[in-house]
Amino acid sequence: MLAHPFGRLRLQALPFWDMLQHPSKGVVINGIIATGAALMVVLGGIVTVALISRYRLWRVLWSQWLTSPDHKKIGVMYVVLAFVMLIRALLEALLMRAQQAYGLGGGFLTPNHFAQLFSTHGTIMIFFMAMPFLTGIINYVMPLQIGARDVSFPVLNSISLALTAAGAALVMISLVLGTFSTGGWLGYPPYTEASFSPGVGPDYWIWALTLSSLGSTFTGINFAVTIYKKRAPGMTLMRLPLFTWTALCTSILMIFAMPPLTVATAQLALDRYLGFHFFTNDLGGNMMHFANMFWLFGHPEVYILILPAFGVYSETISTFSGKALFGYRSLVVATMAIGVLSFTVWLHHFFTMGQGADLNAAFGVATMLIGIPTGVKIYDWMWTMFRGRIRFSVPMIYAMGFMLLFVLGGLSGVLLADPVIDYQVHNSVFLVAHFHNVAVPGLLFGMIAAYHFWFPKAFGFRLDERGGKVSAVCWILGFMLAFFPLYALGLMGMPRRTVAYTEPAYVPLETVAFFGAILVVAALCALGVQLWVSIKHRHANRVFVGDPWDGRSLEWSISAPPPEYNFAAIPVVTDRDAFTVMKESGAAYTAAVPFEDIEVPRNSALGPVLGAAGFAIAFGLVWHIWWMVIIFGTIVITAMIVRGFARNTSRVVTAEEVRRQHQHWMDAVARAEPIARDKETTSANEGLAMPIDTGAEQ
Amino acid sequence: MPSGNEKADLKAQERREFLSYVWGLGLALALTIVPFAMVKWGAMTPLAVLAVIGVLALVQIVVHFRFFLHISFRQKREDLQLLIFSALILSIMLAGTLWIMASLGLRMGMVQN
Repeated sequence: MLAHPFGRLRLQALPFWDMLQHPSKGVVINGIIATGAALMVVLGGIVTVALISRYRLWRVLWSQWLTSPDHKKIGVMYVVLAFVMLIRALLEALLMRAQQAYGLGGGFLTPNHFAQLFSTHGTIMIFFMAMPFLTGIINYVMPLQIGARDVSFPVLNSISLALTAAGAALVMISLVLGTFSTGGWLGYPPYTEASFSPGVGPDYWIWALTLSSLGSTFTGINFAVTIYKKRAPGMTLMRLPLFTWTALCTSILMIFAMPPLTVATAQLALDRYLGFHFFTNDLGGNMMHFANMFWLFGHPEVYILILPAFGVYSETISTFSGKALFGYRSLVVATMAIGVLSFTVWLHHFFTMGQGADLNAAFGVATMLIGIPTGVKIYDWMWTMFRGRIRFSVPMIYAMGFMLLFVLGGLSGVLLADPVIDYQVHNSVFLVAHFHNVAVPGLLFGMIAAYHFWFPKAFGFRLDERGGKVSAVCWILGFMLAFFPLYALGLMGMPRRTVAYTEPAYVPLETVAFFGAILVVAALCALGVQLWVSIKHRHANRVFVGDPWDGRSLEWSISAPPPEYNFAAIPVVTDRDAFTVMKESGAAYTAAVPFEDIEVPRNSALGPVLGAAGFAIAFGLVWHIWWMVIIFGTIVITAMIVRGFARNTSRVVTAEEVRRQHQHWMDAVARAEPIARDKETTSANEGLAMPIDTGAEQ
Repeated sequence: MPSGNEKADLKAQERREFLSYVWGLGLALALTIVPFAMVKWGAMTPLAVLAVIGVLALVQIVVHFRFFLHISFRQKREDLQLLIFSALILSIMLAGTLWIMASLGLRMGMVQN
């Protein structure tokens, strides 16, 4: 057990080792790509450390960000993590599309390398891009929308972030040391059992998922409790903004859906580490239990991902149409119906596993049922836009791209819900086209729209409008070019996860898809350029007063960026669209007298400590470095016990300080020029909306 | 400043809560150890062992509700809603899993006489 101080970590784990030992053409190409990727990780790390040291930001980073229990900062850090991981996973997608465009008779990647690419791409996109992105947006927006000063458990929130980041770091380190799993993002045994995949790949996958799913479970509990317990007076459930409703539903899904995943991966770990036989071929193992449990998690997960995006679209469509949301009650019912139905359909992910036809039929019908509440939502959004004064701002472009494309993706999903059709196209790229067609326009567009919508709230200045539009159009067109060909290819019989093929008829469509991928990468670059330009011109685009879009919910009623305690005085809510009501009745922008001392949570190092220790434990487990596991395991337990004795966990912002900050903001409100909606994307927008004449509202 | 009487009340309440946690821990431990002991040394038939473990598991749930989650039987409406929702989701998962795995076992010849 203690034979080697570094367990099974040897020089062979370096990505260029193979290439030096057996320098044949194929091995060298793959070695260069892998080494390049590893170099990007290492250089990225070095540059980050150098920049932080150069500008002496370590103290700021530690005391203002990493140890901060402030839900707004945690939200921002989640989104940063999501963007970093998005870059990697998107580059992998580009590489895979390139491989398949040249894949007739071979291509340039080895099957093993290609398998790692699709496994990491899927794992990252789901667990380390989508989940952090939506968690970050909910973290930032939800407490503001319900009129709360923070989430219910601020330190737990910081721990969730640290665990998710630790999982992401583990996936990143797998580029430098050893290889990642080749078993796909769902890691089906028996292939991922020790007898077929003896290397470290599946272990990286298991522990990265374990860290992130623990974080997500805590997040779910935290958000649900916050929404139940911390609403402002008068904010009844049926007055919640729709985004908060979807956040609630997503949190409930997280609470119930993450445990099956944690159990399934833990059992797989027991199989691999301690010779158990849960999912092995022999000795009574049954791998189908894994598929069953994985999708018990996996299908609700799909709705964990899409519901917050539905919430974002509800907010942006209503705001940019200048109208209250049509059919609020039906949208709430539809959201909760989707939440329950999402637990009744998981079998459709393995129609072909071998169970009886009646069973397949039952789950097929249940799957088609989900189309109904989703359809209700689409109609509600269209009725919201109907006769509204629509402004074609960036979030609205995403919303319209979403509505068109998501309906197409949903329709291909209804096709796949029929077990008979599913048998024909199962495991083909038709399926790949389908789930990207719902995930990209649904989740990803929704999150990017949210980023544009709430960025001015978080940082106090608007994002560059033109860059955003260029990027949005590139995303939408790039998506269509990259994935519509896959529907045709799937019907032509091309299996998914294929490194190469021998059918020349695939080549033209694969080439189109490759250009689509290039366009999508261009869209990401446009987002980067846009951010750069926006930061450069931030002084011209400040919206300190805090309401750049004539918003309708409480987050727009405070300054941008908001003070750390969010609300100088907790607002009293009298109706839906609370801030619009306040603006119409003249209750907005009033002095919050009397000012009171506000208690805010003190910074805590527990999150970063648990995150770092969790990473070290996982790394030790992957490489069988047992002393590392024991030492850092002890640190985790000690840290939690020590935290248990901490009594001084909050500090007070004095009434005088609150009054001063509030007065500063009120002065800015008094100075600001109210602007009409047609000028909201110009520098004239200081974040104070001109009252709409009643004629604009139908 | 709390008066002497209030202080005594507080102390008594603290003591009651502490005792309640001790009871909870003791019961939870007992309900865990007994099934393990039955598997290791129990002289019952496998079916009887399974049945007893199932019953003890249900009792365990009640113990956790009562002592750790502070959900007693005289309940508030929203607690009840949450419990019913949880029961609904868990029973869907359980029933679905049993149905699926039984069907698979039957058709794939995995049921061992």
